[in-house]
Amino acid sequence: MPFIRLDPPTPEAGPELFFEGRPLRFRPGETVAGALMAAGVTAFRETPVSGAARGPWCLMGACFDCLVSIDGQDNQRACMVAARAGMKVRRQIGARRDAAGAGK
Amino acid sequence: MSRWDAIVIGAGPAGIGGASLLAERGARVLLVDETPGPGGQIWRGIETVPESRAAILGPDYRAGAAEVARLRASGATLAFSTEAWRVEPDGTVWLRDAGGLRREAARHLLVATGAMERPVPLPGWTLPGVTTIGGLQILLKREGLLPRGPLALVGTGPLVYLYAAQCLTAGKRDLVLVDTARPGAMLAALPHLPRALLGHGPAYLAKGAGLLWQLRRAGIAVHTNARQIGIEPDGDGGLVLRFLGRGRHRLRLSRIGLHEGVIPETHLLRSLGCRMLWSAAAVAFHPARDRDLCSSLGHVHVAGDAGGVGGAMVALLEGRIAAMAILERLGHQVDPLLVSATRRARRAHLAARPLIERLYRPAPELLTPPDEVVACRCEEVRCGEIRASLAAGAAGPNQLKAFLRCGMGPCQGRICGPTLAQLTARIRGVTMEEAGWLTVRPPLRPVSVGEIAALASEEP
Repeated sequence: MPFIRLDPPTPEAGPELFFEGRPLRFRPGETVAGALMAAGVTAFRETPVSGAARGPWCLMGACFDCLVSIDGQDNQRACMVAARAGMKVRRQIGARRDAAGAGK
Repeated sequence: MSRWDAIVIGAGPAGIGGASLLAERGARVLLVDETPGPGGQIWRGIETVPESRAAILGPDYRAGAAEVARLRASGATLAFSTEAWRVEPDGTVWLRDAGGLRREAARHLLVATGAMERPVPLPGWTLPGVTTIGGLQILLKREGLLPRGPLALVGTGPLVYLYAAQCLTAGKRDLVLVDTARPGAMLAALPHLPRALLGHGPAYLAKGAGLLWQLRRAGIAVHTNARQIGIEPDGDGGLVLRFLGRGRHRLRLSRIGLHEGVIPETHLLRSLGCRMLWSAAAVAFHPARDRDLCSSLGHVHVAGDAGGVGGAMVALLEGRIAAMAILERLGHQVDPLLVSATRRARRAHLAARPLIERLYRPAPELLTPPDEVVACRCEEVRCGEIRASLAAGAAGPNQLKAFLRCGMGPCQGRICGPTLAQLTARIRGVTMEEAGWLTVRPPLRPVSVGEIAALASEEP
């Protein structure tokens, strides 16, 4: 279920990021987590141990449960990174990979 | 690498109070915070919030604007979006920002890392759509986001009622409160009432009563004495909340917030090796501090919720008390009357704290959850495995980490640490101090080997 954007509402035009290839409009000042949650995304990643779906828990940078891949960089805390136009966000599936694509 | 008189870590009320005063008196101060602006969680987004949203958040939130303005005018050097990923007792602080890694050094450190919400391990707490209530409030403050669809707020503590009231003011009605406080809490808290009527205590009590009245007048459903709580997916993108209250309940919801109070964020302090104490009243570890709010390490002061949860006003005043102590050590003249007046004001703001702590103490079974519950969210270690390991001889949190990997994931035990200590104390029959806490080693935030290599190549 998406979130309601209070004053101002989602603009008709404005910056977009890409989540799993799908364009999502956001308002300047939102974090990646905020932008995804506003669009109704609940599962941000799958855990490396059991593959369980996870989403944000604390939203203040402590729990690391909202980890996503941003522009090819894994292990980014979606709740701490400001949304930017054109950003490519993907779910983080399993353990993080470094820039060379190797597992941890 | 420059040498600062003081580096302040954390730009919430405590860091703002400390850094402002230090800089105003001519000290060379660096204030660092990993978020994009000042305010901490309590005044999150205070510089960018639209007026309509500030009206929803209320007067305590707005009070931050003046303090942030004072900080901006103080002359303190401010470094936002900057993580302190390694801090050493000699005052060396390793930072990371968009430009990479760097090292700074200071004669004094003021740690103002604030609080975090107590983890609430119960069946289903790891499901997407379940967050802390503080997290929901951050989304409201920072981004103006209000959950759509039926929402349950489960737990106990002032934040449950505050956030519920803010939802109402913002026009959200499909809201249900599931209160986990035990029926005896009111009676048990009664002995703390006389002290709560001193100082600023009545103002805090009046605020609480006002929130409860607002919820009652709006006709919000409140389930009391909720136990045996569990959450499951409803198979349709939503959630099912089950609990035993007055009868068995099963609620279908689109989102659930959990909250059992806040505890000091001591990660950085533990990495420094500061001596820690257990507070049975607050059900949390906190650093040992002297009258000047100095930790067991001579160069490290601790102000605000990181030293023991007291709220925004206490944090602001503690920042100033610590700043005055640091100024004296730097050789500045400090008016002793100002010191004693600030100490008195702090005590006046703490008058209602023992009552609040007792009233909203988490129920014991929430601290030592059933076997099937995940305690370590990162490595998915369940309470049953932890109990078995303790029964087989694991001495405490650090051995549990070695045996089971709990506390070894990206959050570095911030979330499972309290549960590991509680289970250790319970199973091994030792005190919380004997059970101990997870030792913390840097980096405090994940830093790649490549970044460290780049730093090494720059420094001879």
